[in-house]
Amino acid sequence: MKTTTRCDFAWCKRVIGLVLFCMLPASVCAAAELHVPAIVEAGQSFAISASGSGQATFYLVGPDVVVKRNVNLGSDLRIQSSDVRIAGPHRVILCESSSCESTTFEVKAAQPAHLSFFLHPSRVPVSFPDSIEGTAFVFDQYFNLVLTPAVVDFRITPASGAGFSRQVPTRNGVAWMRVGSTPREGKVQVTAVLGNVEEARVIQQVAAEACELRMKAVTSGKMVTLETDPVRDCSGNALPDGTVVSFTKIDKAGKSTIDIPIKKDVARAQFSIDGPARISVACGVISGNEVALNGKL
Amino acid sequence: MKWRLVAFIAIATAVLIAVAWLQSGGLKQREMVSAVNPEEAVQALMSDIQAHNYERAYVSLDPSSDVDLASFIRDVAGSDGGLRTYSSLQTADVSPLHAGSDQAQVRVEMSWSSALGSLHDVRDLRVRRDGSVWRVVWPKPSFNNVPPQVVPVNYLRWEVIGRNASQNWGAQDVDSPKVRITSMNAISRPGRVVILGEVENEDTVPAYLNVNATLLRADGSPFEEEGSFDLISHVLLPKQVSPYRIDFPGIRLDAVKSVRMDARALLVPASADPVIAVSDQTVGKGAFGRDVLKGELVNQSGHPVNIAQVLAAYYDDSGKVIWVADDYVDQALIPQVPVPFAVDIPDDIAGRLKNYRVIVNHYSRSSS
Repeated sequence: MKTTTRCDFAWCKRVIGLVLFCMLPASVCAAAELHVPAIVEAGQSFAISASGSGQATFYLVGPDVVVKRNVNLGSDLRIQSSDVRIAGPHRVILCESSSCESTTFEVKAAQPAHLSFFLHPSRVPVSFPDSIEGTAFVFDQYFNLVLTPAVVDFRITPASGAGFSRQVPTRNGVAWMRVGSTPREGKVQVTAVLGNVEEARVIQQVAAEACELRMKAVTSGKMVTLETDPVRDCSGNALPDGTVVSFTKIDKAGKSTIDIPIKKDVARAQFSIDGPARISVACGVISGNEVALNGKL
Repeated sequence: MKWRLVAFIAIATAVLIAVAWLQSGGLKQREMVSAVNPEEAVQALMSDIQAHNYERAYVSLDPSSDVDLASFIRDVAGSDGGLRTYSSLQTADVSPLHAGSDQAQVRVEMSWSSALGSLHDVRDLRVRRDGSVWRVVWPKPSFNNVPPQVVPVNYLRWEVIGRNASQNWGAQDVDSPKVRITSMNAISRPGRVVILGEVENEDTVPAYLNVNATLLRADGSPFEEEGSFDLISHVLLPKQVSPYRIDFPGIRLDAVKSVRMDARALLVPASADPVIAVSDQTVGKGAFGRDVLKGELVNQSGHPVNIAQVLAAYYDDSGKVIWVADDYVDQALIPQVPVPFAVDIPDDIAGRLKNYRVIVNHYSRSSS
């Protein structure tokens, strides 16, 4: 007959387990003899042999579980795989009518089965050294952190150009790497691989600051139409649509400014001009060329 | 006894009629009708506007006023969801400019209260004698109407699909935008410390931004923290730069050892529309003789901007931001119609002002 007391929350169970674990030291017990393997893999059923005869009460106290059952001494006590899913110290206690016997064993994480993979940032400017960080946490199928060293293969596949990889050994269940972004914008897939386990993430490489920002002006009567050349960064990537380009015109009427988002790689604006005018263009903190119209202002 | 009752009823009726007349504005009506000087005429008109009694205000105008009722109401109370439509006339200070026997010129300084602070409007009104009373000649308001047309708007819009809360720890998500404070300047103003500067959205996605400053003592402990509140453009498109200003009232600059700045950005849905041009910016004198930065806003979009806020950054000759000022425009920005604005320049800043930059915050009722 097996009686299993279960809490609703995993943490609650762990706390109760630890409290019971600490409250029942081995020194208080001394009767029937228990033979328990020192280390058990998580999720593996196993047997505990208990010498003696007659009836006894068996307890298993772990971080996530508390089991109580009546057993017959002299036969093997079978521990279900579901009772040892959480890694950590476990204690078994066997109580006869007047005395208790207790011992401990360790549940270790099973084989890697999951990778929790953090990749930062989700957007990164091109050609930026050490800008992409990947961290992989290795877990078994019960989400125990696998502390046994393993090698995680980080495979980086840019949208264009050759892919490459970094092999990083885990330390305390964690593998960490840092690489720079490549010169071409677009999606970059980074996959963390460990054995048969793969976890992929995608980041976006985006254009960096504008480079050699230039505009041209076409006058028509009292109007001037300004249009930038395709706005690109120093690697030749087009700045994304929606990026703001600021045009500033200074003439007799004063100063006029307009913030125009880039549309199809270029920004266009129109001003009315009153006599000589000077017009400049900027994108963020990057200044472009300046155009003087109708002579110097 | 019988006569006493009759007399009592008659007196009570008369009192009630008098109360009703007073409550319905009869006294003001009489003031208006019997406005014996130009100032009283303007004051009575302002009283009606303050009471939102535009019909009676309109009736009190001089017949020579070239304005219909709808235009008068639009001129006085605003339209198109502009800030004026959410405002109430708080005070109206009337002062004569010059007076003749039949005509006079009166200046009225109106102060409107709104949820965004006080709005000031100064008008010089002509007042004309009409028999024994004076009446205001309301100037014909000029409303620029845009001809009917279709305006194609195809600027970018950004939407955000965030991470599903049910997904595992470590699941893919999108990061907040990267913003950078490009300049910061702490200055002392009468009765306060002011932190001002500029911040740039360096990312390729829009950012909802807040800049906070913490003043630190000599021992490094914080003693005051404030945010930029509305003296910043909270939504910044990619590569857009906004000035910010953070006021610390009641703090002296010599008590501050250092300042800790914190720019927090959130990824938000946003639209690149509307585009608002700021044209003909010049430094000049305002209605009260103070230095102002004047110009016009032109909404280049296809739908009205209900409330616009002008943010101006003033620079000295070294390019350092020396002041950030703002002004809410009380008119809605109708597409392609220039709307004037004027932003104050403090006297001590005006002398050092070498350059300026204006950006516009906007709110549209129809936008999400």
